[in-house]
Amino acid sequence: MTAQRVALALIGALLVLFLALPIVSLFASASATDVASGLRHPLVWPALRLSLTTTLITLAIVVTLGTPLSWTLSRRQGRFWQALESAIQLPVVIPPAVAGVALLLAFGRRGLFGAVLGGAGWSVTFTTTAVVMAEVFVSAPFFVQAATSAFRRIDPQLVLVSRTFGASPLRVFFRVAVPLAAPGLGAAAAMAWARALGEFGATLMFAGNLPGTTQTLPLAIYTALEADLRAAQAISMALVVVAFSLLWFVRVTLKSSLEVS
Amino acid sequence: MSLVARLGARVGELTIDVDLNTAGGTLVLVGPNGAGKTSLLSLLLGALPAERGRLSIGDTLLFDSEQGVDLPVERRRIGYVPQDHALFPQLTVRDNLAFAVQSASAPMHRVDGALRDFGLEALAHRRPRSLSGGEKQRVALARALSVDPRALLLDEPLAALDVPARAEVRAFLAQTLRDRGLPSIVVTHDPTDALALGQRVAVLEAGRVSQQGIWDELAAAPATRFVEQFVAAASGRV
Repeated sequence: MTAQRVALALIGALLVLFLALPIVSLFASASATDVASGLRHPLVWPALRLSLTTTLITLAIVVTLGTPLSWTLSRRQGRFWQALESAIQLPVVIPPAVAGVALLLAFGRRGLFGAVLGGAGWSVTFTTTAVVMAEVFVSAPFFVQAATSAFRRIDPQLVLVSRTFGASPLRVFFRVAVPLAAPGLGAAAAMAWARALGEFGATLMFAGNLPGTTQTLPLAIYTALEADLRAAQAISMALVVVAFSLLWFVRVTLKSSLEVS
Repeated sequence: MSLVARLGARVGELTIDVDLNTAGGTLVLVGPNGAGKTSLLSLLLGALPAERGRLSIGDTLLFDSEQGVDLPVERRRIGYVPQDHALFPQLTVRDNLAFAVQSASAPMHRVDGALRDFGLEALAHRRPRSLSGGEKQRVALARALSVDPRALLLDEPLAALDVPARAEVRAFLAQTLRDRGLPSIVVTHDPTDALALGQRVAVLEAGRVSQQGIWDELAAAPATRFVEQFVAAASGRV
């Protein structure tokens, strides 16, 4: 029996080893001087600034529009709403490159909606706006999925009782639903932010790789890799630290919110 | 004033078809599990759609399928205390009451009035998690009544309480219901609670009212086996 348990654990350990090795190598193979000189590479700071600006704008858009949407989805039943919920999840499963092509076909110069934008003298492709659009497209479904489950965990009796007092739908949303789902919404936002920060494929295809305008951190890593592995490594380490912090935040807040409910 | 309901609706597998009258006081609603008691409360509140019938409280018409009247939950002004009390966990006792009063656009002095009337002043700054079952019940009742509802619905108000608290809360609840004289419906599965809380009883079985009347009428001529057993259990425990 013990031997079998050990065997199972060992098989599992193989996967842990495989997952951990690249991350460990990322940190182990760099000296402090390497990191310092890597971070001084001219690609790094413009990309970091752009990544922070675009992901924070993305986060604001996703949370502002996604929270009411998630609340509505959590309260509705029936085939239409189920289909809508599945449709919103689509960007989670489609490859980022496909998202890039789809965005081009919608908002590119010859795209469905791009012609209208072009007529108004506004071209979004290869601009910072395109970066934000790509980030919103890939990260919003993560937020909506997690926020909808957070709203579904609210006791429906709390909502019903609020309505019996005469509370308007907006009051129920802002004073009951959002405060009660707050930890879950925070975790949802953190996940969406992490996804936006890591966004690469759709941004490359729809927004391009222009330093200072559309070159975010992941694109800077890709560019740096061709010339300076140390810079690529330093940016990668920074992204791993940020991503790990976000993941940790999500786990801690979700754990405490589940304990409360 | 009375709550008079004649309502029909399909709720999942169950067809609800009832004729109820609180007859100027408290109506105790009893029935076996799955009879549709909680669904009926949802129909009265407007949280589930009724298909046909009429619902009025005093002179106020809340629902009438023929006249096309169907007030939403927010405008029915029916107080509701669910089984788990549904207190907002993130708000203090005082803020729970304040939320209700503000939602109803009622004057804020109602909050202090309700805290005083229900002996909750010492608990005003506590959060629901730190309250006992009986205290939660009092807060929920105070909160429901602080907005001056047209009627009051209580779902299994004593079910969540342990035995020592139960007798005390039962007496308090019965007194409150008598004092307020509000049309009220109290759902319970417990014969002792049923007998203590109201003069009038309606028995719901499989979505229909199998018998309705005062205790003596039910005892004298029970319409079904369930009524017979329930009345026997209630009188046996007195």
